[in-house]
Amino acid sequence: MDYAIIVVIEMLRAISWLVLLAAGLGIIFGMMRVINFAHGEFLMLGGYTVIMSTKVGVNIWVAILILAPLCVGLFGVLVERLVIRFLYGRILDSLLATWGLSLLMIGGVTLIFGNTVEGVSTPLGSVDIGAYSIPAYNFVLIGFAALFLLAIWSVLKFTKIGLIARATMQNPAMAEALGVRTTWVYMATFGVGSAVTGLAGGLLAPLTGVVPTMGVNFVGQSFITVITGGASMVAGTLSASTLLGSISQATTIATGPVYGDAALLLAALVLLRLLPQGITGRIFTRSL
Amino acid sequence: MTKLSRRRFLQSSAALAAGSVALPYAALADDDAILVGGLHDLSGGLDTSGIPMNQILNLAIDEINAGGGLLGRPLKPVIYDPQSNMSLYSQYATQLALKDKVAVVHGGITSASRETIRPIFHRFKTLYFYNTLYEGGVCDRNEVTLGTTPAQTVEKLIPYVMNLWGKKVYTVAADYNYGHITAAWFKRYVEENGGEVIETEFFPLDVTQFGSTIAKIQSAAPDIVLSALVGSGHFGFYRQWAAAGMKSRIPMASTTFGAGGSEPIIMTPEEGDGIITSFGYYPTIDTPANIAWKEKIVAAYPDNTPVLSELAEVTWEGMMIWADAVKEAGTLDREPILEVIESGKTYDMPAGKVSIDPKTHHAIRDVYIADLKDHEFIIKEKYSQVQPADTQMVCNLEEDPNANVHHEISLN
Repeated sequence: MDYAIIVVIEMLRAISWLVLLAAGLGIIFGMMRVINFAHGEFLMLGGYTVIMSTKVGVNIWVAILILAPLCVGLFGVLVERLVIRFLYGRILDSLLATWGLSLLMIGGVTLIFGNTVEGVSTPLGSVDIGAYSIPAYNFVLIGFAALFLLAIWSVLKFTKIGLIARATMQNPAMAEALGVRTTWVYMATFGVGSAVTGLAGGLLAPLTGVVPTMGVNFVGQSFITVITGGASMVAGTLSASTLLGSISQATTIATGPVYGDAALLLAALVLLRLLPQGITGRIFTRSL
Repeated sequence: MTKLSRRRFLQSSAALAAGSVALPYAALADDDAILVGGLHDLSGGLDTSGIPMNQILNLAIDEINAGGGLLGRPLKPVIYDPQSNMSLYSQYATQLALKDKVAVVHGGITSASRETIRPIFHRFKTLYFYNTLYEGGVCDRNEVTLGTTPAQTVEKLIPYVMNLWGKKVYTVAADYNYGHITAAWFKRYVEENGGEVIETEFFPLDVTQFGSTIAKIQSAAPDIVLSALVGSGHFGFYRQWAAAGMKSRIPMASTTFGAGGSEPIIMTPEEGDGIITSFGYYPTIDTPANIAWKEKIVAAYPDNTPVLSELAEVTWEGMMIWADAVKEAGTLDREPILEVIESGKTYDMPAGKVSIDPKTHHAIRDVYIADLKDHEFIIKEKYSQVQPADTQMVCNLEEDPNANVHHEISLN
């Protein structure tokens, strides 16, 4: 019984993990059709923000929840102004440009901070469940993933900003004709997507080692989740994360992490063969 | 590009720190210099290991030059940065052997990089020193291998921790040849000591989440967790293990934790204390030789003191053993140098006594067991002159001097 509870929590954690990894990328890709190949490095930047600010004595929660999204968000706006805005509608070019950016970021961070593994301890300690104990931080991850999705969904659904964003996403020319400055919307979207990625990177920092090259460990999972999810941001991210996260985690628990990774890829492969537009390309098409 | 700037930087910083080093070096004629090849990853994923190794290599060269060089000629480093990239490794190895015509090469960190360059140096008869702990099994008379192998570290570590903690073992290891071979050695020695490995799990290097494994370990309730995890992704295991409150419940031992030197410094005492490891060198070795060596390093690199580990110390050994052999042979020719190396001399090194097994060209050396406390490894046990028994099982260079293989040592 205890073990069953642990398994369920682990699955939820795996799902939340994919949600956090994919949300920022999903916002940028879903709304702007820009493939941000530097996504992993944006995560890394969030991680470094937490490491560096906790080193100078900033409270770890302030670092994770405020500084990481703020820094990476501002960086995202800068990148959008300097690089991305010239490349809208040119998917391949933007892919190449962001790939170059990712190399630049790895090199730059290595130059400044060196290539040593850095890290902060996981806060909050552990929670006992029957005979087992798990990090309490797991619940933070699960909570934030849920909060993330809820926040994105409410903004898009209930606010004027959300309405403008959706209009721009669906028909930029029409939105422009109605007086929306789509360039600003794009800039803001890229900034918000980056901020969300920065927050994810910040949340990640206390769990693993932070190194300049860490992005590559995460970028695959993020892309697979976003592509499998399809066009709708909230429904896509949630459905793909749930499906892939539970399949891979169940396999990991039953066999081992090698098969868990393989199962995730296999599931994504089968899904994309059946639903080439992603889950929300066929199902939940009208959802956000 | 990298080669020039970094070398200049290292040389100038070393010269600044110790003027005594710079003077005799300048006095020796430079165009007559003996070239020494260095091939360590100075950038890319492995540079945390490669940079200290390169710093120590340069320091050793400076020290030899300060003592008047070799054969009346100064040494000159030829350093390339293969950037953790195997195609650059083979390119630079060929260059060192054919274009630069260096007298010896020190370098290669992973087994993959070593197996890329070892056959090249073998073919072109360029003497090669590999200065890293690895899984054992290289049989090549042209290579001198000074780092520890599993038969040296695992063999000592397992009975030690089983005696402390119990007989049921759970192994977690990296999913490539080093991890698999080390896990097999874990199993062998656990069983030889009357214990049992209840589960062995392998993790690809990009795995960063260990929650389900930690739950599985809890449910299996072993007496000991043995880790052969590698790299920054796997670093998360130790952290998540501590966050799950497991530190105080199940003790852990490893032959990889802190191998590159940095993990024990990054982990807080609450996360890291009590992890027991076994290596051929620890900075905490309390001998005059080691203390003097460490002072020398700090003097040469006051601002960017390298993190010391077996990798760095063994690189020093490689240079010194080669230099000693050149002096004794009185020539740079490979054959007489190899004969000196095979003569069974014992060398006094910061890590203790080291001699080279003529059958395998691996080091017979002191092995230590240490317990992490407050960011430092406190040495608990020292084993003198441990043989590389694993490689001795498969390799005999006296019988077959032309051998050129990396055996996967089968334990069945």
